[in-house]
Amino acid sequence: MALSIENLSVRLPRHADRDYAVRDLSLNVGDNEIVCVVGESGSGKSIMASSILRLLPEGVTPEAGRILFEGEDLLRFPPHAMRSIRGARIGMIFQDPMTALNPLHRVGDQIAETFRIHTTLPQADIRARVLDLLGQMHLPDPARAARAYPHELSGGQRQRAMIAMALALEPKLLIADEPTTALDVTTQAQILSLIRELQQRNRMGVLFITHDFGVVAEIATRIAVMRHGVLVEEGSAAKVLEAPEHPYTRELIAAVPSLKPPSKEPLQPLGQAVLSIVDVSKTYRQKGRDVAALKNVTLALRRGSTLGIVGESGSGKSTLARCIVRLLTTDSGAIEVDGANITTMTTVEWRKNVRRVQMVFQDPYASLNPRRKVGDLVAQGPLIHGAKAADVYPRVRDLFALVGLDPAAVDRYPHEFSGGQRQRIGLARALAMDPDILVADEPVSALDVSVQAQVLTLIADIQRKLGLSVVFITHDLRVAAQICDRVAIMQGGRVVEEGMAADVLVAPQHPYSQALVAAVPGRRWHAETDV
Amino acid sequence: MTLLKSLARSPSAIIGAVLLLIVLVMAASAGWLFPNDPLSLAGRPLQAPFANPRFPLGTDSVGRNVAAQLFYGARTSLLIGLISTVVAIVIGIVVGALAGFYGRWIDTALMRVTEAFQTVPSFILLLLLVVIFGSHIETLALTIGIVSWTAPARLTRAEFLTLRNREFVQACRGLGMPNWRIIFLEILPNALPPVIVYASVVMAFSILLESALAFLGLSDPNVASWGNLIADGRRVLRTAAYVATLPGLVILITVLSISLIGQGLNDAMNPRLRRKG
Repeated sequence: MALSIENLSVRLPRHADRDYAVRDLSLNVGDNEIVCVVGESGSGKSIMASSILRLLPEGVTPEAGRILFEGEDLLRFPPHAMRSIRGARIGMIFQDPMTALNPLHRVGDQIAETFRIHTTLPQADIRARVLDLLGQMHLPDPARAARAYPHELSGGQRQRAMIAMALALEPKLLIADEPTTALDVTTQAQILSLIRELQQRNRMGVLFITHDFGVVAEIATRIAVMRHGVLVEEGSAAKVLEAPEHPYTRELIAAVPSLKPPSKEPLQPLGQAVLSIVDVSKTYRQKGRDVAALKNVTLALRRGSTLGIVGESGSGKSTLARCIVRLLTTDSGAIEVDGANITTMTTVEWRKNVRRVQMVFQDPYASLNPRRKVGDLVAQGPLIHGAKAADVYPRVRDLFALVGLDPAAVDRYPHEFSGGQRQRIGLARALAMDPDILVADEPVSALDVSVQAQVLTLIADIQRKLGLSVVFITHDLRVAAQICDRVAIMQGGRVVEEGMAADVLVAPQHPYSQALVAAVPGRRWHAETDV
Repeated sequence: MTLLKSLARSPSAIIGAVLLLIVLVMAASAGWLFPNDPLSLAGRPLQAPFANPRFPLGTDSVGRNVAAQLFYGARTSLLIGLISTVVAIVIGIVVGALAGFYGRWIDTALMRVTEAFQTVPSFILLLLLVVIFGSHIETLALTIGIVSWTAPARLTRAEFLTLRNREFVQACRGLGMPNWRIIFLEILPNALPPVIVYASVVMAFSILLESALAFLGLSDPNVASWGNLIADGRRVLRTAAYVATLPGLVILITVLSISLIGQGLNDAMNPRLRRKG
C-alpha cells in the first residue's frame, strides 16, 4: 500500500461557508494503481490532495485522522522532514504548468534542481539524467527542451517537463491535481497516456484528482467520488462507471454530455442565412511578428439554428466570435447580418445595429462588473440605447424569470451568485437587447458538469422560444454534439470541416477532425452507456 | 457599510482616526477659542509655555500667541492637504485612465509627459511654480496638487491596463456603450481602491510640502501656518526651542494620522487581508 488515508478531517477557517473541507475520509492508493478522485468544485478533492504533502493554504488545518505513507503518519512529521518527502518520495503535478515553473530559469535547470536538493550526484550525471528523463516524456528534442525557458514551450510540453520533475527521483506515489484541465483535448489525450505508461513502468501509485468523468474513464483503476468533503462512493473503475450506486454518482455521470448528437427534427432546409461570414481574414501584428488568426473563413448561420465553432486554443474560434460582434476588426472579407455588411459600417451605423448581435462570455466571474447590481447590468444595454427606465426594469424582471432566476434578485451584486447563476445573468444581459443572433463564447466551459447541463438546456429552450440564431464557440465536442445543428471545426485559423453535427462528430472526414474526435476522453465508455 | 466595518476593525485606522479628529477639532474650534487674529501681536515676545495663563503655549519671537497659530494653522494645513490631494488625484485619474484605456500613441504621449514631471524633483518644480504664480494660499494648494499627480496617474494606468481587457468591459462594448461611459462609469470604480489608499500619501506629503515652503519663507505670509511658525522658531531655536518644536509635533501627528488611516484603508480594501480578520 503506497498511501493510506484514515478518517481524515480537514478544518476550514471560521468564516468559510462550511466547517470542514474534508470530513472523515478514508482512502487507499495501492502500489500499482491509478485512483481517481472525482468531484465538482467545492467537493474538497484538492484540499484532500494538498493535505497529503501538507501544502494546505493558511488557516486550513488537518484536525483528525492519519495519512500513512510507507507506514509513517505524514501528519505527525515535523516540517523539515516533509521536505525529504516532497519531490523525492511523493511527486506532485498541478493544473497550470506555467505558474508551477519559474519563468526565469531554464527548464533543464529546474529539473536538475530536484537532483541537487535530494541527491549528491555530480553535475555531469545530473545533466545526463535530466536529458534521459525528458526523453522518457517523449519530448521531440530533449536537449532543446532542457535549454528552453518555460514560455518557449507549449502547454503540453510544459506539463511534460513538470511530470519529468515530479518523477525525477522515482517516487512511490504521484499526486496529480487536475493535470490536464488546462490543456487542449489532443494534448490531454497524450498526457493521459504518458501518465499511464509511466505509472505502469515505475509501478507507482497515482492519486489523480479531476472533475471530468471522461478523463476518469480513460485512466482510472479505482474511482472515489467526493461531494461537500465527504466520500460518497468508492470502487473499481468498471463498477463505478457502469453500475454506480450512489445517486450523486449517477447524477454526475448522467450530466456528462454524449458525443452522439441527439436526434432532432431536421431544420427547414430553406431557412435563410441570418449571418454570412465570407472570406474573412485577420492577422495580429505583435512586435514585428505576424500571427494569422483567421485565414479565409467562410461560414453561414441559418435563421433559428445553432452553428458550433469547435477548435483547440489558437484555432481562431474566439477571434472569429469577437469579429462577429465587432469587438475586433477584420482585415478583409465580409460579415453580413441580414445582408448588411457590419465590417464596413461606421461606428454610428454599428451602434444602431448593435442589438442584433449579442454575446455571452466565458468567464462567469470576469464578465459581470462587480460593482453594479445585476438588475442594472441587464438593464444597461436598453438604457444606453434610449429606452425609458420605467419600461426597462419590468422587462428585466421578466428576463430574470426567463433565465430561471428569482426576479427579486435584481437588487443583488454579482458576487452573491454562483457561477451558473452568473452565466444566466450574462445571458439575460444579452437577451435584454432583443438580439437576432446570440454569440456564445465557451459559455459553459468554466462550470461544473451538472450546472453545465442546466445552462445548455436553458440556452436551447430560450433559442426555441425566441427563435434565436446561435453561434456557439466551444472546445468541447461533447457540448457541441448536444447543442449544435451544424458544426465547423477550426484549426490554425482555418475551417477544416463543416457540416451537420451528426455527420462531423460521428464520422469526421478531415484528418484533424478525426484526431480531435478520437482524443475526446472516455469516448468508448460513454458511447456504450448511451445506447 | 462593509468598508467602514472592516475599517473599524483595523487598529491603525482607529488610532489614525482619533489623531485626525484631534486636528479637526483644533481647526474647527480655532475661531471660537481664539477670536482675535492669530497673527496680531498679543503680548511680550518669547514667553515660555504654561508661564502665562493667557498664552498656554507661550508666544513667539514677535509676541504672537503660539497656541492660536497652531489652531489656525490646522485649518491651513488641512485645507492645503485636501485641495491639493483632490487636484492631484483628479489629474492623475484622468491622465492614467486615458493612457491605460486607449494605449498606443495616447499612452506613449501621456506617459512621456508624466516622466518629464517625475524626473524634475517635485520640490524644485514647486519652487518654480511659486515664483511664477505667487504664494497666495489657494494658488499654493493648486500648485502643490500640480506637482503631485504623477504617482496617482501611474497607479490608475496600471489598474486600467489589467481591467480594460476583462470580459465585463468587452460586454459593455458589445452593448454599444460609448467609451467615456466605459472609462469613467464602468472601469474607474473598479480601479479606485488603490488610488484612494494612495491619496492619503499624497495628502500627507502635500502638508509637508507646504510646511517646507513656509520654512523657506515662500508660503503665504498672511495666513497662520505651522510652517511659518517653524520658520520663525528657527531663529530662536537655541533659546526658545518650543516655538519650532510644537508645530513640528503637530505636523508629525497630522501626517502620521493620515498615513495610519491610509494603512487601514489599504487593509480594508485588500480582500486577501480582509479574509483573515
